[in-house]
Amino acid sequence: MALLEIEDLTTDYGPVRAVDDVTLAVEQGSITAVLGANGAGKTTLLRTISGLEQPSAGHVRLDGQELIGVRVEDIVRRGLAHVPEGRGVIAELSTEENLRLGGLWRGADAVALSDIYDLFPLLRERRSQLAASLSGGERQMLSIGRALMARPRVLLLDEPSLGLAPIVTAQIMKLISTLASERGLAVLLVEQNARSALSIAERGVVLNLGRVVAEDAAGALAADEGLRAAYLGF
Amino acid sequence: MTRFIDLTLNGISTGAIYAVVALALVLIWRATRIVNFAQGAMLMITTFIASSVISSSGSYWLGFGVALVCGLVLGAVVERVLMRRVEGGPPLNAVIVALGLLILLEAIAGMIWGNTPRSFPPAFSIQGYDIGGTRVLFSPNDTFTVLVVIGVALVLTAVFRGTAIGLKMRAAAFRPEVARMLGVRVGRMLTLGWALAALVGSLAGLLVAPEIFVGPNQFDPILVFGFTAAVLGGLDSFAGAAVGGILLGLALSYVSGYEGSSLVTLAALVILIVVLMIRPGGLFSSTQERRV
Repeated sequence: MALLEIEDLTTDYGPVRAVDDVTLAVEQGSITAVLGANGAGKTTLLRTISGLEQPSAGHVRLDGQELIGVRVEDIVRRGLAHVPEGRGVIAELSTEENLRLGGLWRGADAVALSDIYDLFPLLRERRSQLAASLSGGERQMLSIGRALMARPRVLLLDEPSLGLAPIVTAQIMKLISTLASERGLAVLLVEQNARSALSIAERGVVLNLGRVVAEDAAGALAADEGLRAAYLGF
Repeated sequence: MTRFIDLTLNGISTGAIYAVVALALVLIWRATRIVNFAQGAMLMITTFIASSVISSSGSYWLGFGVALVCGLVLGAVVERVLMRRVEGGPPLNAVIVALGLLILLEAIAGMIWGNTPRSFPPAFSIQGYDIGGTRVLFSPNDTFTVLVVIGVALVLTAVFRGTAIGLKMRAAAFRPEVARMLGVRVGRMLTLGWALAALVGSLAGLLVAPEIFVGPNQFDPILVFGFTAAVLGGLDSFAGAAVGGILLGLALSYVSGYEGSSLVTLAALVILIVVLMIRPGGLFSSTQERRV
């Protein structure tokens, strides 16, 4: 059984069906990429999984337990961390305060700050600066580091490469890959940058207008000329 | 010179009261990003309750304690029942609801306790200290007021800066959705913020009541002065609110002493406008952005 299972999930914004009958699964220690153009429903899919939006139908199961109807703050406590689009760092708080916030509900069981700083040495240098003063790449690292503070089992990442220089994107992708392979996290990676996402993912799902139009091993998706031309843009 | 010293001492003690009101406003602002224009009416209710308890039991400190507890409960109820519905909406909605609450509470108070202001006892003697045979305009009760302001500012700063609950409250105020995604129970934090602010507000009511008496509309100017003090301090800083309150108290005391007391409210508004024009972030502002 996969750690995170999404079954027939449908989410509507009023008359607009943003996510339409999506089924996918993420195994422990693996990365599943969700690809597609703007407006394909990728962000809504993540927001529904983490409880920020209520679906019209379908199921989300973490380790076999239903998450639909569970409140956002309790879904976090089940071990699911969502790193939102635009990074979601709280600009008015310092780097260290942002990090501490991520582990507060865990109390003494939270990851030590020094472990996160070892993973992101840049953040250690910026620990007392306001998050507002960080660069795009640093904010992304802070956002991921903050999610890791609570020892999640599943990580939802929304466009981690958005607005980053290619070299920084490569660093972030390498880190995500390490988190899955070495720490055993199940990662659901939403990306417009299909090429870099497929380079680290085991499996990929392509969304268009809320529906799954392709689902396969990452290598097979990357090799599909028709799919690349129609949806992936590389 | 004696007159100047007297006016200065008087400014410090009245400024300390504005500072407590400012602290309550800053607390709600930091915890929920709302300016609570009903703060004056809320502290009026708790001060009336204190007045009733004191006159029936004869114990000042029992009334004092009851007022603080009532403030805590009133703040939580106001947030749960009223403000919860407008949180996250346009800021003006919250302002209108707060103004509605102000009118409602003043009307209710008038119905229960009548519209004639009644006297209220001070915590300690209001007779000025005797220094070298001269009575100065500063009493043990003023000392108590100033100490309360310093204490409240220090405690609030310590809670917000140094504790986990303070961090959660700030996160919930700045980015409620992100805070929830990190496991913060945002609703509870907002309720707590209102409860604490109303507690501080009721403290302000108890401190100011001996001077202005207790009546449904007696506390309106205090809210204006408290708001001015909070803006002086930048709305975001507890220390700023405390210092802003004292500065305002001094300024108004000099205006009242040298120019006449009828100009006091006007002077407060002039100070408010000048500060907003020259330093909209307040004298102690740490951030550039201002949403109100």
